[in-house]
This record gives sequence, C-alpha cells and structure tokens, in this order.
Amino acid sequence: MLTLTPSQTVGPFVAILVPSQDRGSLVTERTSGPRIVVEGMVRDGADTPVPDALVEIWQANAAGHYRHPDDPRPSADDTFDGYGRMHTRRDGRFTFETIKPGSVTGPSGTPQAPHLVVGLYARGLLTRLLTRMYFEDEPSNGQDPILTAVPAERRTTLIATCESEGRYRLDLALQGTRETVFFDV
Amino acid sequence: MNRTDPKIRPYRHPPEGHDPPNDAPGYRSTALRHPTQPLVIIPQTLSEITGPVYGYGRLGPMDHDLTRQHVAEPLGERIIIEGRVLDEDERPVPETLVEIWQANAGGRYAHPQDVHDAPLDPNFTGAGRVETDTEGCFRFVTIKPGAYPWKNHHNAWRPPHVHFSVFGRSFLTRLITQMYFPGDPLLRFDPIFTSIPTERARQALVSSFELDLTQPGWALGYRFDIVLRGRDATPMGL
Repeated sequence: MLTLTPSQTVGPFVAILVPSQDRGSLVTERTSGPRIVVEGMVRDGADTPVPDALVEIWQANAAGHYRHPDDPRPSADDTFDGYGRMHTRRDGRFTFETIKPGSVTGPSGTPQAPHLVVGLYARGLLTRLLTRMYFEDEPSNGQDPILTAVPAERRTTLIATCESEGRYRLDLALQGTRETVFFDV
Repeated sequence: MNRTDPKIRPYRHPPEGHDPPNDAPGYRSTALRHPTQPLVIIPQTLSEITGPVYGYGRLGPMDHDLTRQHVAEPLGERIIIEGRVLDEDERPVPETLVEIWQANAGGRYAHPQDVHDAPLDPNFTGAGRVETDTEGCFRFVTIKPGAYPWKNHHNAWRPPHVHFSVFGRSFLTRLITQMYFPGDPLLRFDPIFTSIPTERARQALVSSFELDLTQPGWALGYRFDIVLRGRDATPMGL
C-alpha cells in the first residue's frame, strides 16, 4: 500500500482560500425542505473565540438522501449539494443557511436522527476534528445509534438548541467543561 | 455501539501514529486548541462515507495558474506543481477538487493579519484550485513561496510550503495538508513538520524536483502525489 499523506494545520491564513462568506448558504430558491439557520461560535481552552477556524458541514437533503453515488437512493436534487464551509468571523462565529436534513439510514437499518456532519480546522489544530450537530427538538435523538454511543453526560455538546423558529445554535468548544465530543471514524 | 452497517464499504483507518497528534507542545498554538478528551470511536455510516463530489462548476480558466490572475506576473521563481491524487491502493481519484494557498515569493500572505514586513506583491493573491482529470492528475503553475518568521519560539521560521486541500470521494477522505520542498534546511527545525511522528510520513509531504516536469527557459517542476484513505474491498460482513 502507498503511504497516506499526513495532515497539517490550515494555519492562520486559510481565509485566502475561503473568504468568510464562501458557501455559507447551501440553498437556492428552488431547494425543497424547511429552511433553517445554524449558527455557533468556536471557542478555545481559555473560552476565547477562535477567529481563524474553518467550519465545514455535510448533510442529507430534506428526504434524508445524500447527493452521492454511494447513497442507495441518491438525491437527484441539483439545487442542494449538502456541503457548506465557512471561515469564522472575527468574533469566532459562523452561520449557515440551509435546510433541516431528513432522517438518514444508519447501521443495520436503524434510522439516524437528523444531523449535520461537521469538520473543524484551525491554526493550532494539526488534524481535522470531526463532530456532528443534532437538533434539540427531534424526538428521534433518543434512538440515534451514534448519539447514544456517546457518554450521556457529554451528549448535549452535540445538540443544537432552538433559539427561535428555524434558528439553531451550537458552539464548538475545543477544550473546557463543555468540550465538544469529537469522533474517530 | 461499534457495529458497521453491513451495506457500508468502510474506509481503512490511518495507521496508529501516522498523523500528527493535536497535542504537540512544540507547536505552541496547540496548547489551548487540542481536545483534552479522547476521541469517541463511532462506526462509519452513510453520513461519513458520502461527501461533496459535485458542484465544482465555478472553476475559472485561470484558477490553476497563480501567475496569471492579475494584470502582470508576480515576482519570484516560477514553478510547476504536478501530481496525482490516489488512494492507498494506488487507484486514481478522478474529478476531485484540489485547492492550494500560499505566501508570495517574499514569504508574505495577502492577508491583513500577516504582519511580516516582507513586501506584498500586487500581482499575487496566492489561491488556486483545479479538478483532477480521469487519471487523478492535477497541475498548478505558481511561484515558489518564501520562508517567513513566526512567533512560535526564538528565531522560528516556517519552511517554504504550499497549503493543499483535497476532497476525495467521501467526508472521510477529506484532507488539508502542506507541501514542502526537497532539501530544505528549515524542515528539521519546524515544529509543524516535525509534529508528524514518523520519517516515512514526513517524507510524504516533501515534493520531488523533476527535470522531466521542468520547462526549459521557463519554470522548475515539482511532483507532489497525494494519497487518501483507501477502502476495504468488500462490504463488512458480506
């Protein structure tokens, strides 16, 4: 086998590639599904906002299908790629305009609760951190096979709170008492 | 809960100790930014083995040539970077987005937070993107970035490098890394490069000078192949 190419930090100047508004909106007027705004703040171990992070999201469409050939029922909706990325602003915040994903097939056919897959990069991070964002008003969270694999006392770090109709918030904490759960997948 | 879906053809895990640890004391910025809790191991699901593979229609004709994005050419040593995106089994990864960003020839980024007093170059932004062809090949034309000082420790200098961002076929193959230049004396002093545990993995980030890629009278050629996580041949449990 070939040697894998190892990861390195994005450093402080990834904004040269990804200006702050790049792919912050995943939707067009024709995208079907309930519109939502997902926002949050990236914080470090001193609880200071991280102004030089890159946040990426990947999600299914409103029917729970991914726009990808490995999905048995791939989305044919060319108005919705399911991918977004955004450089945090000076105050460490990020905001995505998207749709609420549907429930996705999980291990052994168990449905997964609606969620976004989230990738996080920053100066001072030598590899990408991978996490998920769930929605607090989803009754199916309690049966989600991934969420229930996380120690109960840390699950809330993966669940976005509903701030108002269609507006969700989840902060990503790199360290601290509310350190976000990151995954090895 | 660590069963893999029988219908999922999983991606192999990187060997233990291949990637740099996020807690790397030599690189000071990791101190407040590395997670202190162990990563939670989860099975690969449809959500992870899929990823953005469509929608790169916005590539411009000069996106791959960083020397022709302004009215005049940038200052510096013109170089060609050519390579392939492959998986661990040497299969090419076709039609995937490869992006780069870098400092100018003087070692300065076109970014307001870069306070190094090397000159900015009005003819160089330092960002490029291209999609691999059916054989996984990509090619950029740019200038060789300069070394620059940083505040990590006394007399700290980053070796010249080009940041690379690659997608591959899934969210698990996504990779952001840095390409270095062969024979660079700064490499062994650089805590970001040396955060990679093994010499073998470090060398995977050092491009090779290639006379075959070098164009007479015009530009030096470097080769940089990128290897992403491969997949098991058959679905789990089948």
